[in-house]
Formats: sequence, C-alpha cells, structure tokens
Amino acid sequence: MHMLQKLEPGVVSGLAAALSGAAQTPLSRRFVLAAMGGAGIGLVLGLRPEVAHAAPAGADAAGQAFNPFVKIAPDGTVTVIVKHLDKGQGIATGLATLAADELDADWSKVTTQFAPADAKTYGNALFGGAQGTGGSTSIAASYTVYRTAGAAARAMLVAAAARQWGVDPATVKVSGGVVSAGSRSAGFGALAEAAAKEQVPAEPKLKAASAFTLIGKEGIHRVDNVAKTTGARIYTQDLKLPDMLVAVVAHPPRFGATPKSFDATAAKAVNGVKDVVMVPQGVAVLATTTHAAIKGRDALKVEWDESKAETRSSADILADYKAAFAKPGLPVEAHGDVETALKAPGVKLVEAEFEFPYLAHAAMEPMNAAAQVKDGAVTIWTGCQFPSADLPNAAHTAGVAPDKVEIHTLWAGGSFGRRALASSDFVVEAVAIAKAHGKGVPVKLVWTREDDMKAGYYRPVYVHKVRAAVDASGKPVAWHHHVVGQSILAGTFFEQVMVKNGVDETSIEGTHGAYDIPNMKVELTTMKTGVPVLWWRSVGHTHTAYAVEVMMDQLARAAGQDPVAFRLAHATDERLKAVIRLAADKAGWGTPLPAGRTRGIAAHKSFNTYVAEVVEISLADSGVKVERVVAAVDCGVVVNPDVVRAQIEGGVGFGLGAALHDAITLDKGAVEQANFDTYEPLRMSQMPKVEVHLVASDVAPTGVGEPGVPPLAPAVANALLAATGRPVHRLPFAGQAFKPA
Amino acid sequence: MAVTLTVNGQARTVDADPDTPLLWVLRDELDLVGTKFGCGQALCGACTVHLDGTPVRSCQTTLGDVGNAKIITIEGLQGREAEAVRAAWVSLDVVQCGYCQSGQIMSAVALLAENKKPTDPDIDAAMDGNVCRCATYHRIRAAIHDAARRLEA
Repeated sequence: MHMLQKLEPGVVSGLAAALSGAAQTPLSRRFVLAAMGGAGIGLVLGLRPEVAHAAPAGADAAGQAFNPFVKIAPDGTVTVIVKHLDKGQGIATGLATLAADELDADWSKVTTQFAPADAKTYGNALFGGAQGTGGSTSIAASYTVYRTAGAAARAMLVAAAARQWGVDPATVKVSGGVVSAGSRSAGFGALAEAAAKEQVPAEPKLKAASAFTLIGKEGIHRVDNVAKTTGARIYTQDLKLPDMLVAVVAHPPRFGATPKSFDATAAKAVNGVKDVVMVPQGVAVLATTTHAAIKGRDALKVEWDESKAETRSSADILADYKAAFAKPGLPVEAHGDVETALKAPGVKLVEAEFEFPYLAHAAMEPMNAAAQVKDGAVTIWTGCQFPSADLPNAAHTAGVAPDKVEIHTLWAGGSFGRRALASSDFVVEAVAIAKAHGKGVPVKLVWTREDDMKAGYYRPVYVHKVRAAVDASGKPVAWHHHVVGQSILAGTFFEQVMVKNGVDETSIEGTHGAYDIPNMKVELTTMKTGVPVLWWRSVGHTHTAYAVEVMMDQLARAAGQDPVAFRLAHATDERLKAVIRLAADKAGWGTPLPAGRTRGIAAHKSFNTYVAEVVEISLADSGVKVERVVAAVDCGVVVNPDVVRAQIEGGVGFGLGAALHDAITLDKGAVEQANFDTYEPLRMSQMPKVEVHLVASDVAPTGVGEPGVPPLAPAVANALLAATGRPVHRLPFAGQAFKPA
Repeated sequence: MAVTLTVNGQARTVDADPDTPLLWVLRDELDLVGTKFGCGQALCGACTVHLDGTPVRSCQTTLGDVGNAKIITIEGLQGREAEAVRAAWVSLDVVQCGYCQSGQIMSAVALLAENKKPTDPDIDAAMDGNVCRCATYHRIRAAIHDAARRLEA
C-alpha cells in the first residue's frame, strides 16, 4: 500500500531547524522546545502588520478579523480561531480563554471556529512550524500566541474608541466586553468595524497574572458543552453534503496484503449501492446510505494478495523481541559502570522482564473522512489533527498541487493520537475512493467499529529487560534497562529529524533521568514488524513509566523502605518530589485502610508535566478493582483548572481500561479483536473515584492531555505488589491470578 | 417499503427494508444525526433512543421491530428529567469529545424517570452499557446525582 511520507515544503526544514537549535542540550523529548524562541513566536503570531494582512481578511459571517486568531461580529460575538483540533481535550475552550482574557471579553459571547489548513499562519511552534495537534503541546505552543492576539485586538478596540470619542487612549477601559471612557461606553460589536482598521500593535502589552479574569479561574465552562448535550454538535460521521455517497470498504485480512480481484455482482444488487471500486487500501462500496454500503460490503467477494503480508502471531512476535535481549542494543544513555555495580558485594539485585501488548485507540467515533475530488481540486472534511500531513498526502493521492486542497476541520469524537499520522491513512483512503469513483461527488468514508479496530496504527508491542540493584544502605546504585520494540517514527517523515543514531526517542522517552542512579545503561533494539504502529495517548511513556515505576517499588522493597520515602530520597527533580508529596498527603499515605484494600503510588514526568497518582485497590474474584485515585499535577500555569482536572480524570480512566483488559493480538497476522466485546473499554462500574490536586505555579504552562495516563498502570501494579507480594510485569492484568499475600 | 413511524412526536414516513437498523433510518433517512454510530453491535450505547420511554440500542433494533412504539431521540428529548440532566451535564462540564453523550443522556434520563434517587449501584447497572472512551464516567455519575437533586427541588 502506497503512503506518501513527506510533509509540506518547508516543514521538514523547520523541524530540522528546531532540532539543530536544540543540539546543545540533550534531546530529552520528541518535540523540541527550542522552536519556541522569540523570533519564531513573532512569525507564528502573524501580528506584524504585513503578516496580519495575510489573515482571513475583512468581514465574514463571524465578523471583522483583527488578526488570524480573533474576529468580532457586529453583535459583539467574539470568535476565536482555533489552530488545534479539539477531540475532547478542551483545547478550543483553552485557546478561547487565553484570547478572551487579554481581550477582556464577555465569556458568554465567546465562540470558536477551527482554523483552515495553513501552516504559515497556524503552525505549531513545537512541531517546528508544522500544523498539527499532539504531544500535549497545544497550550504550551499557544499560550503567548493567543494572549498576544487578544491583547492586540483589545488595543485596537481602545484606539478606535479613543479616536471616536476624542479621548486619550490611556483613559479608555475595557471590561466584560464593554469599552468605556468617562460616561461614554460601547460594546465590542459597535466598535469592531472601526477597530479592525486600526494599526495592529507590534508588541501589545500582556496582563500581569494578577489581572487575569479568566485564566486560572474556576467556573469557566467549556465552549462546547451545550451543543454536546443536545445532539446538535456535528461530527464527520454526521456530515451530509449534496449528492454525497457513503463508502464502506472491504479491507485486507492481514497487514501488508492488497486486493487482487473482486466480484461485485451481489454487492451491486443491493438497493442503494451505486458503485464498487478497487483502491490500494481495499475494495470500496459506494451507496446512498450507510446501511446499503455495509450490506454491499458484506456481499462482496474479494481475493487478496497476501504475499507481502505480516503472518506472524503475537506469540511469535513476542518471542522474537525477547530473543533480542541477548544482543546489545543501541546506546541511549550510559554513565558509571553498570556491570561492576550490579555485581558489587552486598548489593541486592532485582531483575524483571516486562511485556506490553499492542493497543488500539478505539475512539468513540470510528475514523472517517469525506472527500470530494472535482475539477482538479480536493475538498476534505474530517476531524483533522495533522493538516501538514493530510494536505500533501491528499494532494499526492488525487494528483493535484497542494494549493488545490482545502480541509474543513470538524469536531472529533476522540483521537488519543489516532488522527495524527504521517500516512494520513483514512484521509488518503477517502480521497482515493472519491478519485476512483470519478463522478466529482463528495464521498464519506465510514469505518465500522471492526474496520477501526483492525486498521492498525497500534501502540507498539514492547518488551523491557531491567536489572537494577540497591546497596547495603538501601540506595539504588545500578540500573541496566534494555527496551525492544518497533519504532513509531521509522519510515515516516519524522525519521530524518527525530531519530538520532538509530534511536527513536518515542521508544525510550521516560526510561531515565527521574531518579539519581550513579551507574546506568539504557539500550534500545528496534525491531522491524509489519504491523503499522503509532503514538497512543502518552506514547513511549505508556510503557517506560510502567517499567521504571514498578522497578522502583521492587527496589524500595529490596531496600526495606517505604515506596514514597524511597522515591523522595532519590528523585532528581523538585517538581516531581512535590507532586509525590502532594498525592501522598491527600491520599493519606501511611494511614490505615479498610480490610482488603491496599495502596500503590507511581509518579512520572511526561511532556514536561509532572503527575503522581496514589491508587487504592481491592481484590475480587473478577480481578483487581481500583476504588480510588488521588492525583497531583504540576503543569505550570493552569489555564482552566476544571479542564485540567477533566483531562487527568480521563487519563486515569483511559489508562485503567487498557491496563485492566486491553490487548490487540494477532493470529497468523490476522487481528483477533473486532469490537468492544473482545477489546473491552472501561465501563462506569469500573471507574474509580478520582481526586485531582493541582500545584499552584507560575512556570510556563505545559500540556495535560497525556500526562495523566503513565502513572496509573504502575500505581495499580504497585498496589497489587502490596496486596500479593508479587510484582506484575505483564499488561494487561486480565487473565493473571492475584491472590492476597 | 414505506413505513410510518412516530419520531419525537411527529409522524414520519420512510421507505426502507424492515431489516434496516433503526439507527440508520434515523440518521440517513430522517437526518436525526444526534443518535450516534459507535459499534453496530449494541456494545457501546452511543445509539441509545427511547421506544415508549424505554432505552434501546437503535443499531440492533430493526425498523420491523419498532411497530407502533413512539420513538424519542436526543433531538426530541423533553420533560423534567431531560431538563435536569442537561442542566447537570452543563453545570459539571461532563462532556469531552461528546460523541457518546447523546446515548449517555438518553440512558440517564430513562434511569431518572424510573428511579428518582438512584444509588451508585443503580447508576452502574443503568449506565454500564454506555461506553465513554474519554472516561467521563466520574462526572456522569456526579451529574446524575446532581440531576436527581434538581428533580427533588
């Protein structure tokens, strides 16, 4: 199957520049903060007058454009243009909050609109200027951008009012969407037309944190909460366009297989089926309704070419990976002398092999996209998370220039990473079908749950082998960590700039640095496997945090120390220590529990956000039950505390569902799971009570979409260790017997 | 074949085979897209609607199964329980991606219509069939309790 693996012109060099800018400091995460430097932000902002003109100009339905991020309508409605996809994480609310606070807008009159695909204006500084959402970067990359955009629009409203009223701009006040001076006052709407013509300030003054009215405040509700309780919110799945056909595709039974031939006789006999076309991804049935397309697909006969397919079973893959422990991997981190320290007299050695399965994202809205290929142009409608990939991939598939592609971004029914991928798989599939059909009508590609579950791009299988030791005084002195697994970035455009010396940062991020270990060695062996893999909410941290934090509890046991005290004694970062202390304190660490309950803790920094979680569990015949989770979070400045809490609550539930019972497995290459009966999502009865405590901070804000996930599974495993006396080295927990010690 | 249904209080005539799932009749024939497609196997609850007040999974209810039952979808959901549930949902900012929430709300309203003061086990029993991959369960539970309090007032 052909997949274009390149970005828009300029973006790769942007990523490269971002990386080279960071060359002096260790590359400790995959999205490099060096790209945030001053000049970069100014360019991204588009607030210099010459750049501002490149913004959506003049008045439209949403009102006057003050800059690429803020529009104001005659009725006073403020529309904030959102450059990131909102797939539930609340970024539309967050970005609107930033602009509205500096604008001193009336929050009840603030609405949002997703930005068009335009990396020059809406690029992500933490993606080297590529337009996209991920890595929990959106708030970090946008904090100053949106505040500056709001402050600039405010200054223009003030200038227009001062001019109209003949007063000194310094005497003009703005509050709650009203501009006033002395006895004169006007709403934003009345001033918008004149204000949009004022000089765009080059460096508008930003508020001191003490002057914030929305940022960091409680009671600021999500911008999308009403439409999502009435059924009014439209997702791609709900899209209806004139003459639109629905496409449902017969996909190959194994990864790497392709369609050879098909018999569409029975499919075409289904009432409503209009066409059957073969594309590289499979055989598509196009119909006037979804049900007809599904029935048509069921009636298709397809022969597959499986000569290049992955035909191993999960057990074979696991065995191949484990065999790789025998040979050294590529060096990731090395200091001290690990082998000598591990064999020193008096040390207590702890050894473990960890196993992590493939995981599907399984967003509630199965992946989908609508595409129209007409008159040499392509129009796409989808929950677009990565315009800088989807746009060139769509152009290449349709055989048109990139400037002939238009993307309409819709609210997305979840993602967890699935919508941001270098190959743009479902977008490309929709374009290929629309092109093959050739009638110029819009085609909405619908994946059923089974299509979505079997489509690949899973969190990769990883195995870890760890040998670590504490000395006679109980201090951790040596740690040898070997990670084996498939690279997410290999073969994509990310590889050339984000894989260094063969090491994919996303395979090993989070393996080292959290604790002071004088003798340490981390190695990576990257395996080639024919299963498409991808980032899955918190990426490498999904497995590295588990291995590190379970080992820390085992080492604490070997040292005869309390897990919290042991972590606090050896953590290298004060912010990590602070969240450990806060979570332990709020959870009542060390206080008695009801009979049958135990506690476990884990703490982890990911995407520059620090999270510690203390869980309380009980054991039942059905397995482990997580009763309560107490989380402490330090994400720097908190833009919306309730949205942060919601993301941590959601991260806990998402991490718990996977840890309890999720694994995608292969039988001779064929995915064995199909729907929510065999890949069980967390359900209401399994959701623990969750308390989230936030650290007050004036450090630059970082993301919260992912960091709630990594500590959850190891915290549960550590509570199991406390309950049973046995460490758990394999996920998921389902199928493993846990007996009280 | 032509079938007349009562949907959200209105008579609606559709031309579809009796084996067509109600979900696709609502979404594709009647443009009521607030009822969501999540799994097609009655495993996730995103497609929940009321048939004569009882919550059912419309993906596994065929047009032929409906008979004379009155269908209510999220778009036509009204009454004290619906108002209390929506107010609670908005007040507690329950939603994240929102894709499952039509089904969650249909199930929650049906629960409160039957049981004015549900306990946590009651909520587990009534809501376990409604999956939320964003895991907003914590807030759904709190919002159902909040809606029950609103109904008492």
